[in-house]
Amino acid sequence: MSLELDVSLARGAFRLDVAFTAPPGLTALFGPSGSGKTTVIGLLAGLVRPDRGRIVLDGETLLDTERRIDCPAHRRRIGVVFQEARLLPHLCVRQNLDYGRRFARRRPEAPGLGFDDVVGLLGIGHLLARRPAGLSGGESQRVAIGRALLSRPRLLLMDEPLAALDAARKAEILPLVEHLRDGAGIPIVYVSHAVPEVARLADTLVVLEAGRVAAAGPAEALLRRGELGAEQAAHGGSLLDMAVAGHDGAAGLTHLTGAVGRLSVPRLDRAVGTPVRLLVPARDVLVATRQPVGLSARNVLPGTVRDLSVLGEGAVLVTLDCAGAALTARLTQASARDLGLRPGLPVFAVVKSVAFDAQGIGAARVPRAVEI
Amino acid sequence: MDRLGLTPDEWTALALSLRVATVATLASLGPGLAVAWLLARKRFPGRSLLDGLVHLPLILPPVVTGYLLLLAFGRRGTFGAALAEIGIVLSFRWTGAALACAVMGFPLMVRAMRLSLEAVDRRVEQAAATLGASPWSVFLTVTLPLAMPGVLAGAVLAFAKAMGEFGATITFVSNIPGETRTLPSAIYTLTQVPGGEAGALRLTLVSITLSMAALLASEFLARRLARRLGAE
Repeated sequence: MSLELDVSLARGAFRLDVAFTAPPGLTALFGPSGSGKTTVIGLLAGLVRPDRGRIVLDGETLLDTERRIDCPAHRRRIGVVFQEARLLPHLCVRQNLDYGRRFARRRPEAPGLGFDDVVGLLGIGHLLARRPAGLSGGESQRVAIGRALLSRPRLLLMDEPLAALDAARKAEILPLVEHLRDGAGIPIVYVSHAVPEVARLADTLVVLEAGRVAAAGPAEALLRRGELGAEQAAHGGSLLDMAVAGHDGAAGLTHLTGAVGRLSVPRLDRAVGTPVRLLVPARDVLVATRQPVGLSARNVLPGTVRDLSVLGEGAVLVTLDCAGAALTARLTQASARDLGLRPGLPVFAVVKSVAFDAQGIGAARVPRAVEI
Repeated sequence: MDRLGLTPDEWTALALSLRVATVATLASLGPGLAVAWLLARKRFPGRSLLDGLVHLPLILPPVVTGYLLLLAFGRRGTFGAALAEIGIVLSFRWTGAALACAVMGFPLMVRAMRLSLEAVDRRVEQAAATLGASPWSVFLTVTLPLAMPGVLAGAVLAFAKAMGEFGATITFVSNIPGETRTLPSAIYTLTQVPGGEAGALRLTLVSITLSMAALLASEFLARRLARRLGAE
């Protein structure tokens, strides 16, 4: 799959001017509310018409305002999972799932994505006879994902599919998205403003800000450079690639090792040797100038200060170099001054073992060749 | 047959009214839905004009509407002459009564349909389009089913209006027994002759019963549809 998009549109005071190329895999559109993420989804799906632009999917031009090409939404074969499930209220779950299938009858079925496969994968077999009005938010969203998959799309758009769900429901859906990405191999454009989701899911990242592309490229590189900006600093953190080294059943902990050193996290049900990618929230990293003793936190990593940047509101983002890996810590300006932090200073980073965001811990994938 | 105590003439009027109202309602369903959809969904030049035109029979004196129909569809009328060429005669025929009833009921039908079409969630229609449904499929499988309560209500209103239409009908197609003497015309005629009171009262009771039955039937259908959309 390859997707090229280069569009602009103006609606009142809002201007959108976006261009990016998405390689195979999952491309995350990241940005704050009002940055134009949902509009880009609408443009890709054919539900929003731009003033000018071009959209090419797998060599087929879906839109070209200059050549007056505009493939209507129902012929684009692009599945969409909206923020609100948008199920057809007058049809039962089974009919909702079948709805897109009847228009796709002539197209070959993707292996492993037949009706029974999808129903099993999403765990919605017991809902088939129900009406959408009787479903919970998580159930509706799973049916919506199933419905989109069964329409045999060549590209799946997901517009903050977890936004309306609580943490438990999110934890149900995230592995499904991972499965679609890795198992089913369906190219996905995924909209989110949650750093943990992006860190866990994205192969490619497009950061939108006020209708423009602020950064685009392989997700890992962008996350490591802190390209998600203030959002990442405030709510996100650093990415660490590690592997499961062992489990301590009695303490309920799992030990991880990586270039950065050893870390202990709450028990992870993954086999020894499994590679994992961690998101360490910057606000849960403390900095000490001497080896701490008598501390309740278990994870202490030696490193040196690489960089300090002021975030505003009296906060400083300190980037540490821990054996080559970058670790960010969010401190108050007063603490940074009291500690005398400056680039090159050897320090100890203290990571609270409870600081690991379960959502940020995902199985790292086999590295792929990513072209941008 | 005679349980209601109706005379053969009164039975004829009742049967004619039912036929006229049924034909008028069924014939206006298509155009009514099309106009309601245009007014609910499209912005085009002349939209206000169309809106006004549709509502005109509601505010004009029925006699005026009937007279305009006579001018247009009478034997010498603009359309009437052309239709007569191909063998369709409306003036002084029951078909003309159906036309008059359809025109008079049209605003009520369009209004109800338009409101329900406007209430259909466009986002659900968009979702259907992304699943591969063409605009026509979206209309048939999403918009129409979701708007069905309003479509039914519009049809029932038009039917009830047709059962009671008097002014435009009598002006356009007169009051010919067995051809254009519908229930209201029959009641009117009975009140004009000595000793007709009993017949007028019988037909009045029939009128009330039919109107109530239509109303209750539409309520029942609307509620059943609403339940289908809700949780089960």
